[in-house]
Amino acid sequence: MSKKYDAGVKEYRDTYWTPDYVPLDTDILACFKCTGQEGVPREEVAAAVAAESSTGTWSTVWSELLTDLEFYKGRAYRIEDVPTDPESFYAFVAYPLDLFEEGSVTNVLTSLVGNVFGFKALRHLRLEDIRFPLAFIKTCMGPPNGIAVERDRMNKYGRPLLGCTIKPKLGLSGKNYGRVVYECLRGGLDFTKDDENINSQPFQRWQDRFDFVAEAVRTAEQETGERKGHYLNCTAATPEDMYARAEHAKALGMPIVMHDYLTGGFTANTGLAKWCRRNGMLLHIHRAMHAVIDRHPKHGIHFRVLAKCLRLSGGDHLHTGTVVGKLEGDRQTTLGFIDQLRESYVPEDRTRGNFFDQDWASMPGVFAVASGGIHVWHMPALVTIFGDDSVLQFGGGTHGHPWGSAAGAAANRVALEACVKARNAGRELEKESRDILTEAAKSSPELAIALDTWKEIKFEFDTVDKLDL
Amino acid sequence: MPFSSVVDYQTVATLETFGFLPAMTQEEIYEQIAYVIAQGWTPCIEHVHPSASMRNYWSLWKLPFFGEAELGAIVAELEACHRAYPDHHVRLTGYDAYTQTQGTAFVVFEGRS
Repeated sequence: MSKKYDAGVKEYRDTYWTPDYVPLDTDILACFKCTGQEGVPREEVAAAVAAESSTGTWSTVWSELLTDLEFYKGRAYRIEDVPTDPESFYAFVAYPLDLFEEGSVTNVLTSLVGNVFGFKALRHLRLEDIRFPLAFIKTCMGPPNGIAVERDRMNKYGRPLLGCTIKPKLGLSGKNYGRVVYECLRGGLDFTKDDENINSQPFQRWQDRFDFVAEAVRTAEQETGERKGHYLNCTAATPEDMYARAEHAKALGMPIVMHDYLTGGFTANTGLAKWCRRNGMLLHIHRAMHAVIDRHPKHGIHFRVLAKCLRLSGGDHLHTGTVVGKLEGDRQTTLGFIDQLRESYVPEDRTRGNFFDQDWASMPGVFAVASGGIHVWHMPALVTIFGDDSVLQFGGGTHGHPWGSAAGAAANRVALEACVKARNAGRELEKESRDILTEAAKSSPELAIALDTWKEIKFEFDTVDKLDL
Repeated sequence: MPFSSVVDYQTVATLETFGFLPAMTQEEIYEQIAYVIAQGWTPCIEHVHPSASMRNYWSLWKLPFFGEAELGAIVAELEACHRAYPDHHVRLTGYDAYTQTQGTAFVVFEGRS
């Protein structure tokens, strides 16, 4: 006998709170940190989140009976206390795979972080983590190339890569800009980077920049005998403009382009990633706007979710913060999401903020990029925290050198190699940092003066968003 | 800042990893080889004439030394390669079969161009 239509408003928990449910291997699982309005029971809040992010509407509707909602509905299946925060709790929600389009991160986010975040019964809501099932992961292309392919193309082994953003970030002409690129690369950097704000402004149209930068890259390669690249920012007002810029970068023989995945959007990003796979180009990803979304501890989306989504959407590098520099980032949390970028399997570990086991199968890895307010004194800590599969980017720490960008680049390269050499020889980098750097400076006047220039600069502020432990 | 205190930076041709450090002592080279072995990577020796150093493929010396855990054996092979090709760059790579890339690579003997 079929179900009867019973018009009216039911409590969400009657349908969407299912504590006995055992999630399927194919379900997309989400962990939300919920802060409900006073007096609303936890189960009702959790069920409302599950409902509003899947099949539910506030009222029963007749057309529900045309389908099998038991098959399609999201289910709140577990509630946990948030340690140190009595007003909030974690709600775990399971979504059946068929709610989502294959290969579309855009579609997953539209459901999971859609209307539900404005829901009145909630004061705050934060998406802490998503477990993507293998069945979904295998429908996404992911990074165009991955870490191993990039190392082979760029001929960089056994150490982090070294980069820097060209400064001043706005206002240079194409030719002046190319000059700064050339100085950095001849000084020993592997990569230079367009600042994220650089697209195609009146003071420097993109084609002018690309052409001058290409000459700078080629000249530096010829003179140093090493492979070099510059992240040519293809972020644009329209996808058509974005592809035109990427095509030109390829025509110039450049190895890598760049995109801003949050301001540009996931759809544009996934499209450009697929273009990069087809065209043999590396893809550097910037994350402007992330702190708007991820910094508040009770509301928004945690960066580990945005990092997982980028790995699925596609990128070969992603900015992750530095832990030690000028930008926010707690060490354990950062280690947790750089694992999500690089490893093939990441086990649940609450001490690193990972709420689920996450199997990445054969999806290529993404280089973690550390950038923002770092200088040579940070090098031992950066090599320890980020390991070899990272790009360490020193902007002010390169151009701010008293003898200019080339000398600044050389100082960073010497410091980096000294740290890698010491680590390989079994020394403890963070403990012995002063000795290692001072020793290296004996044969590098560029490093000696860099150490002297930045010796007092520290960024010691308390982290706003901490792990709840 | 007076310009007299600014030093002119001269571009140097380098050979990737450790290219910016002074030549390593024998003991320091042994430490790096020991690291390759300790990581479980396969040591492998390649050489090339300096005029062709930007190629992806340098000539392989014999075969990768699969399963070789004796530091002395690797050192002997490096020296034998250097004797056979005194003009060539000779580098040691640590091949990682799990990631299918090189865990590290660095030049042990620099050739004469």
